[in-house]
Amino acid sequence: MKADPKGVQTGAFFIDGDHACAEGAIAAGCRFVAGYPITPSTEVVERIAERFPLIGGLFIQMEDEIASSIAIQGAVWAGKKAMTVTSGPGFSLMMEHIGLAAMTETPCVFIDVQRAGPSTGLPTLPAQGDMMQARWGSHGDYGIIALCPNSPQETFDLTIKAFNLAETYRVPVLVMLDECVGHMIERIIIPPADQIDIVPRRFTNIPPGEFRLFEPKEDMVPDMVKAGDGYNIHVTGLTHDERGYPVMNAAAQEKLVHRLVDKIRLNADRIVEYREDEIEGAEVVVVSYGITSRVAIPAIEEARRDGLKVGHLRLITAWPFPEKRIAELSRTIKVFVVPEINYGQMVREVERCAAGRARVVLVPHGGGSVHNPKDIHCAIVDCRKDIRP
Amino acid sequence: MSENQPKKKALGSVVVNAERCKGCGFCVEFCPPRVLALSEQYNSKGYHTPVLVEPDGCTGCNMCGLLCPDFAIYGFLVAKKKK
Amino acid sequence: MSEDTIDTCETCVPVNAVEDVLRMERMPHIWCPGCGIGTTLNGFAHALETSGLDLRKVAMVSGIGCTGRVSGYLKLDSFHTTHGRALPFATGLKLANPELKVVVYSGDGDLTAIGGNHFIHAARRNLDMTVILINNFIYGMTGGQVAPTTPIGATASTAPHGNFEEPFNLPYLAESCGAVYVARWTAFHIRHLTKAVKEALVKKGFSFIEILAPCPTLYSRRNRLGDGLDQMKHFRDDSEIRNGADTKTVGLDFQGKIVVGKFVDKDKPTYLDSMNAFYAAKWGDKYTPYKG
Repeated sequence: MKADPKGVQTGAFFIDGDHACAEGAIAAGCRFVAGYPITPSTEVVERIAERFPLIGGLFIQMEDEIASSIAIQGAVWAGKKAMTVTSGPGFSLMMEHIGLAAMTETPCVFIDVQRAGPSTGLPTLPAQGDMMQARWGSHGDYGIIALCPNSPQETFDLTIKAFNLAETYRVPVLVMLDECVGHMIERIIIPPADQIDIVPRRFTNIPPGEFRLFEPKEDMVPDMVKAGDGYNIHVTGLTHDERGYPVMNAAAQEKLVHRLVDKIRLNADRIVEYREDEIEGAEVVVVSYGITSRVAIPAIEEARRDGLKVGHLRLITAWPFPEKRIAELSRTIKVFVVPEINYGQMVREVERCAAGRARVVLVPHGGGSVHNPKDIHCAIVDCRKDIRP
Repeated sequence: MSENQPKKKALGSVVVNAERCKGCGFCVEFCPPRVLALSEQYNSKGYHTPVLVEPDGCTGCNMCGLLCPDFAIYGFLVAKKKK
Repeated sequence: MSEDTIDTCETCVPVNAVEDVLRMERMPHIWCPGCGIGTTLNGFAHALETSGLDLRKVAMVSGIGCTGRVSGYLKLDSFHTTHGRALPFATGLKLANPELKVVVYSGDGDLTAIGGNHFIHAARRNLDMTVILINNFIYGMTGGQVAPTTPIGATASTAPHGNFEEPFNLPYLAESCGAVYVARWTAFHIRHLTKAVKEALVKKGFSFIEILAPCPTLYSRRNRLGDGLDQMKHFRDDSEIRNGADTKTVGLDFQGKIVVGKFVDKDKPTYLDSMNAFYAAKWGDKYTPYKG
């Protein structure tokens, strides 16, 4: 299905990542946004607030992030595509409702424009400190998808992708920007609506009475419905059976929660996305994401000029993590270098998947700015000692 | 009472789903003509359930049915058999 | 047999009409013997059943707690959300599809403690929804903790020596935040509360009904108030109907006088009415009124 031309502002623009995110959501068909202001994400909802009234969307600034993160779920069950937007402190507040969305299989999008934490931290400066929280932030077990754009253009594209993945897997999807990507101004191209692929909600064609809201199809994903169509659905955060009714025992827990985890895990091959550069024959592979992936480029290029064979693997999906690819690479390369604006989050996934077969070097940064490329370069060059015989 | 007095006509009656009842007693207490009582019998959960002790006095007002927290009793107007 | 006696015939026994709007396959429900929530549900179901509304378009949202379980027993599109957050969920549901008639049905702790912030903003916005708050003065489901509605002097598991905190006067709170319909009844006042629900369902704007109900297992037992029936008798004997009363004066004391009635019933543009009027004034024909 193609995008609705009514919302798509086709053309070339010189805008920042936050604004590009808003346009991506609109192009994806999002017509309900609930949000609460928080630096550095606020521009997303400011643009939405400006654009929505004349394209039939509804934006409401709720009283807090907790309200925002559940208001969007009400809107989804009324039939709309919905999104909320926040940064670290708000992301923490939203955790309960990310879990609710995962548990009730409510397709929706959460944007986190990461800033330095913990707590109030550095509101106007970048970090990548919410990455593990994105995967594990809510209590209990569930699968989730998180995407990492590294430019305003990519933010536009991946926001659309986030909505598409949400509908495909009936799951909340996170888009993990950082303050740099959110506030950097670059040229973006918004294509014509008929060149934008969107995934519509998979409304069931099974009639009321026979339809079961939590009965999965072959892809482990159940069909959707909306309120008002006579299905008399029951949606609860309690552990439930396929009708949606609460069932308080371990067997029901195993059946439901295992599927919520497997829904993403066993579909990972279709979801995982990354970009590779000169991986073939590499001795060192830099694994990066978000703004750090751009900061790493001059470091990598200089190391290559020094004669090192350095590959670059950039995560598009942080979650699910490209476990198979990292495991595969760990058999042929010597060192993974993982620069990230935190004290070590995604590096743990690299370590886990490398399972000791390759050395893993973290290049941490507390946040407040991006890395100095020299630090990444140093870490790469330092790997010579692993490579020289 | 004279044998020639006509028998009082019950305007209504009740249906009791004894297994659903939890013996709270609302229906008995708030029945306006006070024709219900909790029986000596009890259901499988051990609750004493209501019974119409004066069937002729039931007005079919359904106050029992409106108040019952467990949907275990309701009243209805009895259809009169025409002559 | 005399001709004057009645022949009761089996086929003349009607079914209980409220069962049409309940998920009877889930009965018996989880509430305790003598709990008033079932009575309020009964009244609500009766109101729905006789309202003439298209029940496919009625959606129910509840929070967590004993009252929150109501959504699992009504045969409507029903949403059992997180603790305190029924109102923002309902906000999204209603604003995304204004054709839906949205009812929020939850407890005193859920709606005014953890949910307090959302309560005041939903009322302030005059969102077109009906809020039914069952006040049993306690957090029942979790074992009887003190709530913002627990009267002074009552004990609870987290106020074992007695509560000294001033409780909310809920009708006053609702009115001061902007609710256009405010009423209080008790589970005993079943016909009144049913009528109030019917009025609130068709009322445009934020309608609020507080319904006092017994919690025999926790509130009554802890405070030696007898069982559910005893509390219902207290509701019967100590209530005074004062329609139009000044909500400032209807606060509740421990086992004291209860003022019930319809206190507020006024008209004000709803959230969407205001929004559409505002944008229409700003943009004229360029603006298509939002209908969902």
